[in-house]
Amino acid sequence: MIPEYLMPVVTAILYIVLAPLLGGLICGIDRKVTARMQGRVGPPILQPFYDVAKLFEKENPVVTVAQNAYVLSYLVFMAVAGALFFAGNDMLLVIFAFTLSHIFLVLGAYSSYSPYSHVGAERELLQIIAYEPMIILTAVGMYMVTKSFFVSAIATSGIPIIFYLPGVFIGYLMVLTIKLRKSPFDLSTSHHAHQEIVKGVTTDFAGPNLAKIEIAHWYEYVFLLGVIWLFFAWSPLIAIVVIVVAYFVEILIDNTFARVKWQLMLRSSWIIAGMLGLVNLGVLYYLKLVVPS
Amino acid sequence: MIDLSFLIAFPALVALLMLLISGQKLRSALVIATAAVLGLASIALLFLNWDKNTVLVNFPFEPATEVMLVIEVLLAIWILYLGVKHRKWLTFFLMFVQAGLLVWFETSYSIHIERGFNLFIDQFSLIMALIIGIIGSLICVYALGYMETYHHHHKEIKDRRKLFFFTLFVFLSAMFGLVFSNNLLWVFFFWEITTICSFVLIGYAKTEEATNNAFLALSMNLLGGVAFIAAIVYLTNLDPNLLHLDTLLASGQAVALVPAVLISFAGITKAALMPFSSWLVGAMVAPTPVSALLHSSTMVKAGVYIIVKFAPILTGTTEGLIIAMVGGITFLLASFMAISQNNAKKVLAYSTIANLGLIVACAGVGTYNLMWVAILLIVFHAIAKSLLFLCVGTVEHRIGSRNIEDMGGLIVRMPKIAIMMFIGMAGMFLAPFGMVISKWAAIEAFITAPFGLIFIAILAFGGSATVFFWSKWMGKIISVMRDQKVVEGTVAKEKWASLYILTGLVVVVCFAFPLISSLLIEPYVLNIYGHTTRLAQANLTIMIMMLCLLMITPLSMLFYRKKPAAIAPPYMAGRPTPTHMSFAGSLGVTREVVLSNYYLPRFFGEERLFMAGTALCWGLLLIAGTLLAGVIL
Amino acid sequence: MTYLAKSPWIVHYNGSSCNGCDIEILAALTPVFDVERFGIINTGNPKHADILLVTGSVNSQNREPLKNVYDQIPDPKVVVAIGICATSGGIFRECYNVYGGTDTTIPVDVYVPGCAARPESIIDGVVKALGILEEKRKKIQEKAGEPLKAGGAV
Ligand code: SF4
Repeated sequence: MIPEYLMPVVTAILYIVLAPLLGGLICGIDRKVTARMQGRVGPPILQPFYDVAKLFEKENPVVTVAQNAYVLSYLVFMAVAGALFFAGNDMLLVIFAFTLSHIFLVLGAYSSYSPYSHVGAERELLQIIAYEPMIILTAVGMYMVTKSFFVSAIATSGIPIIFYLPGVFIGYLMVLTIKLRKSPFDLSTSHHAHQEIVKGVTTDFAGPNLAKIEIAHWYEYVFLLGVIWLFFAWSPLIAIVVIVVAYFVEILIDNTFARVKWQLMLRSSWIIAGMLGLVNLGVLYYLKLVVPS
Repeated sequence: MIDLSFLIAFPALVALLMLLISGQKLRSALVIATAAVLGLASIALLFLNWDKNTVLVNFPFEPATEVMLVIEVLLAIWILYLGVKHRKWLTFFLMFVQAGLLVWFETSYSIHIERGFNLFIDQFSLIMALIIGIIGSLICVYALGYMETYHHHHKEIKDRRKLFFFTLFVFLSAMFGLVFSNNLLWVFFFWEITTICSFVLIGYAKTEEATNNAFLALSMNLLGGVAFIAAIVYLTNLDPNLLHLDTLLASGQAVALVPAVLISFAGITKAALMPFSSWLVGAMVAPTPVSALLHSSTMVKAGVYIIVKFAPILTGTTEGLIIAMVGGITFLLASFMAISQNNAKKVLAYSTIANLGLIVACAGVGTYNLMWVAILLIVFHAIAKSLLFLCVGTVEHRIGSRNIEDMGGLIVRMPKIAIMMFIGMAGMFLAPFGMVISKWAAIEAFITAPFGLIFIAILAFGGSATVFFWSKWMGKIISVMRDQKVVEGTVAKEKWASLYILTGLVVVVCFAFPLISSLLIEPYVLNIYGHTTRLAQANLTIMIMMLCLLMITPLSMLFYRKKPAAIAPPYMAGRPTPTHMSFAGSLGVTREVVLSNYYLPRFFGEERLFMAGTALCWGLLLIAGTLLAGVIL
Repeated sequence: MTYLAKSPWIVHYNGSSCNGCDIEILAALTPVFDVERFGIINTGNPKHADILLVTGSVNSQNREPLKNVYDQIPDPKVVVAIGICATSGGIFRECYNVYGGTDTTIPVDVYVPGCAARPESIIDGVVKALGILEEKRKKIQEKAGEPLKAGGAV
């Protein structure tokens, strides 16, 4: 057996090694399901891995050399942030680390002087301000239920968090659509063959750099789904079912909605965060403080 | 303790010398020497006092209070005269009320006031002294080079550098006085001096705009001054002994609440929170070192300093909550407004207002862990923001614009400054740097505080706005056109020195903050509340690790620089673009590519938000006023 | 086969086509033909692409953009000329402003004639191009004197 104090290190390493595999697989299934929804056969499940492997085989043209550094930092901090999450660290710290890594992607896009990646960068920032409040409220909600910000404590609390935070959960699913870059919120860049302002933030990345961005996305996938897990952590089976269902719903939304303008994205995500998230937390707060059990 | 009075008196003496000296060389020497002395003296103070709680001291000069009164009256007459001369009747009226109250008060009460200890030092004022002594003197050194260039660029403005440096050092002396004074009358005196210094420095250029903004700042601060003196009068009526901060703070909520709220109101005006935020934005017409010194790192901090001092009194009261709400709303709206600005100094101003708002929100709620956060915020903000101001000042002189849109590709045009700006901005909003540590701690502290959820929501939304406006600015700096040239040129040595030291401080403070926290902030909080807080050890380790990991970016940059790379032009939809990024438009017209940031005025427009914020905050203040009137009657 | 052949991403450049061939290319993406089965994605961004599909003839307006798009595709890359216009200039050949087919401007690897080219032949052309792509990759690596390996320059 692994000693207790080494567990976080082990889970973090497991995440760093396995998350890309899992994330790539999820991505492959995503593409397959999407194709089926559209009446197509779709690519092989392993297609995302082929894509990334191919990108590594290509040349790496850059607009400025600095792009390489930004992309590398993006990938590294994405992996670190996720590893912190799976090692059971403070949720807020994890969120800030994720923001940091996203800023690197944005900077990478800014550093090329192309109008397309510039607009993509601005929109990526808009997406960050659209989802960030809800993500923070999610962490706060988990604290209110479990009395801890530490992922390890939240995951092992044994409390069915979802019953306390249904509004927060729906709000989280809403911003998940933004984070997964799914339609209707794939403003800054999008997956599959979708195109928006060419390819938004990723426009001026090619070859290996693009591959690194893709891998970072995979890391992020696993982290995002891990947060869903926390809502249901008291029962792993339900958690897995919910994750599968939630992801399926995201794919469905992706295929049935047209892309919206950023105004609508910002408004709707803030209103949802405000209405569902805050009201949910407010009720909890009231119950905890005013009606002590 | 000779040191405290030395720190107050020495800059004042130097200020007088400044009036006599006119040669640039001599002035430089004197300013640098003074800066060194002040910096070292405040560090010496740290070593002498870090392990002590509150130490009360007497000022070695007996009739100091009388001298202060005389100075105050003279200044009042001068301001009244200026008010008439410029037909600023509001200023005139407020000054009149204030001076009237003061004179009436002094003549009718002062005989009864017992003389206690007039000066004190504790960990918090030690921190403030370090900020003033180190950052303040660095900015003074920077100002040497800046003012030289300033007058070179603005030939139309009369060279009044003697007055400028005189005021700067008087200000430093007043700031030291403010944070060391135990006697509220003294605090008030120094408070007024800083107000008037700010007035003089904002109006330095003597243009119409500068004069108007100077009077705006003056009248708003005088309004706060009236509240301050009202608190003094109220206290004297109660018990003249309460005029000493230590006895006042120890007297408990029942007694101290009214003066605490009145003085907090004064603090709100000084810290330019929402209904009064316009003066700080207007103050940006002043030369940049002034903005850095008075309007971001020290003087406005005096406003929050006094509110944080009264936090134990405010905590748990409705009035305290209202003050916190004013701070919270200010944080939220000022962060939003910063998005819509393209004037670099205005962005910095709004960000300053926002952070002061956050500090006041912490202090108003006033639980022990929030006080810890508030002090932490003061430290981090002072360093990073003054660095940013100085960088913007330098950039402005080189490229002749303070518009962010003109700062494109700065990383190539002025690499060193751009990197410093980068570090400063990262210090303002990115993990694992200072401000994020404090925001994080603030969320964790608010969650257990009464009504904390409101503030958490404010932090969540306002914090994301912060990410937006800093990142797009960062993006502007690094979006490089391929044929841009280095224009960094010859920036004066003194400027470099200040900039380097401040940049170093931003980073060092991130590493050293556990030390600062455990040596100074925690004992202070412990002393007041009986318990204290800190960041979990595990989190600290991770922060430090992240800080080290962040070195990847520059290191890999060096690595990639060395490797031969295939350089491709940016994607322009197939349009062939030469290096200066122009392309053939229709009808053979050559068009330049111009990229501009998003400012989203329809969402975050200054006017609408300002109106909303002013209305809300006035409303809140009126409620607080009514409550207070209820308590008094 | 290496991964290049398993994930060929295309970018489509419309020179001065009548849109007939373009419709056919898009038809290849529809459920009926579903080229994503082969990992083919229409990227719309040359920097992400491996295969350049050109439709329509080259004229003095689009010559420079075509060159630019070609240059921006990272190596290894192949060009497929779709339709008779792209192969030789087709019915537009004699126009005053037309240079001719794609190969007047950039090197073409596969020609897919037809007016319009049918989706089947387009797919066939892309598959042919994959072989050439692989050869080019080998050549590039041999030239660099490196042993064949999966990972390229990082
Ligand atoms: S080959 Fe025929 S169908 Fe294709 S672009 Fe030319 S004219 Fe149109």
